[in-house]
Amino acid sequence: MKPIEIAKGIYDVGVNDWNISDFHGYSTPYGTSYNAFLIIDDKIALIDTVKAGFIDELFYNISKVVDPKKIDLIVSNHTEMDHSGSLARVMHRIGQDKPVYCSTMGEKNLGLHFRQKLNLQAVKTGQELSLGKRTLTFLETRMVHWPDSMFTYLKEDKILFSSDGFGQHYAGCEKFDDQIGDAIMPHAKKYFANILLLYASLIKKLVQKVTELGLKIDMICPDHGIIWRRDPGKIIDAYLRWSDQETKKKAIVLYDTMWHSTEMMANSIASGISAEGVDVRPMYLRKWHRSDIMTEVLDAKAVVVGSPTLNNNLFPSLADILTYMKGLKPKNKIGAAFGSYGWSGEAVKLIEQELTTMNFELISPGLKVHYVPGDEHLDACYDFGRKIGEAIGKAS
Amino acid sequence: MDSYVCTVCGYVYDPAQGDPDNGAAPGTKFEDLPDDWVCPVCGAGKEDFEKE
Repeated sequence: MKPIEIAKGIYDVGVNDWNISDFHGYSTPYGTSYNAFLIIDDKIALIDTVKAGFIDELFYNISKVVDPKKIDLIVSNHTEMDHSGSLARVMHRIGQDKPVYCSTMGEKNLGLHFRQKLNLQAVKTGQELSLGKRTLTFLETRMVHWPDSMFTYLKEDKILFSSDGFGQHYAGCEKFDDQIGDAIMPHAKKYFANILLLYASLIKKLVQKVTELGLKIDMICPDHGIIWRRDPGKIIDAYLRWSDQETKKKAIVLYDTMWHSTEMMANSIASGISAEGVDVRPMYLRKWHRSDIMTEVLDAKAVVVGSPTLNNNLFPSLADILTYMKGLKPKNKIGAAFGSYGWSGEAVKLIEQELTTMNFELISPGLKVHYVPGDEHLDACYDFGRKIGEAIGKAS
Repeated sequence: MDSYVCTVCGYVYDPAQGDPDNGAAPGTKFEDLPDDWVCPVCGAGKEDFEKE
């Protein structure tokens, strides 16, 4: 399967990680790939390495094209270990003194990951490096999504090596967008929602910067998943849309439950929301992974959150998803809280506090039911749902 | 003198320490930083900072 010649003299020598299912707390049912790109010119460059543990496969792929010892330089677009974990061993194999080009923050951060001496060469936005017939141009992309992140642009071939930007956690036999079609978009959306959402404003600035620099892009090569070559504009447009946090007439009802009471409330609230013509899905936290929930949060107008009160607190799974969501900074949302309780019933108030911290427009007061909901309580939940649905309708 | 926090990455600008690597001597108020000064960690502009 690998290496794949993606353009004349340019190869994807990266690896598929078919078996990973939990990528630092992000669910990856289709695995992922760690892409790395080899450019054969007067000087031979390797753009990014792979996660530790995959180095033998990387070298196997490189060896199909060229003797790895002939690699002259490395470009490290991103310090994170899935792209640099094998860097020190790669240098040991190809020559310890060979240069590793990285951003200024990359120089600092690689030094904090690898204690052995590397020949790190910091580059700045707009700086060029000639490989002979081809030229690399570097573009710092701080906080998209780490301080060290950068893109590398190959102007002769109009290829943007975009590090984690435009990536997707997807391992497959397909390597290009034209081979997989729109089936890749949910993976790209999930990646954005879980990795990049909080940097949405920087992403908009970055796209403007790329436009200002006048970079023509025929192909985008991210470090995860498939390469965009049929229509790179499609993923750029999607990024702009997601960065604007455009919402649909859609709600999700997140909840956990101990004895089904909060579950009953969730389903009645969802019915009420649906009655207002809003697309709604109840999401039980023990069924849905936090990263799949965030994908749905991205374009939902309302996030309705339910928790039983356990020991005067939120149920722990709610603290998990609310902490995770808060960090990713979703914007333009309506929020509401509900839950069943036995005696003290603090959960609804605690959820409302969290939603307020996230600047959600709160439909309050939230709904509390003492122990098991009766028909009249379920009617109240339904009406609460309609009220939420109505607010979504007005905002859409 | 007030400290300011970067809403993008969480870096805190402490005027007592300044940002000497980028031309802001210790004692420089946040308000007195040049308009083109950016967060030394993430590159966000001054408009992305809030009073701590």
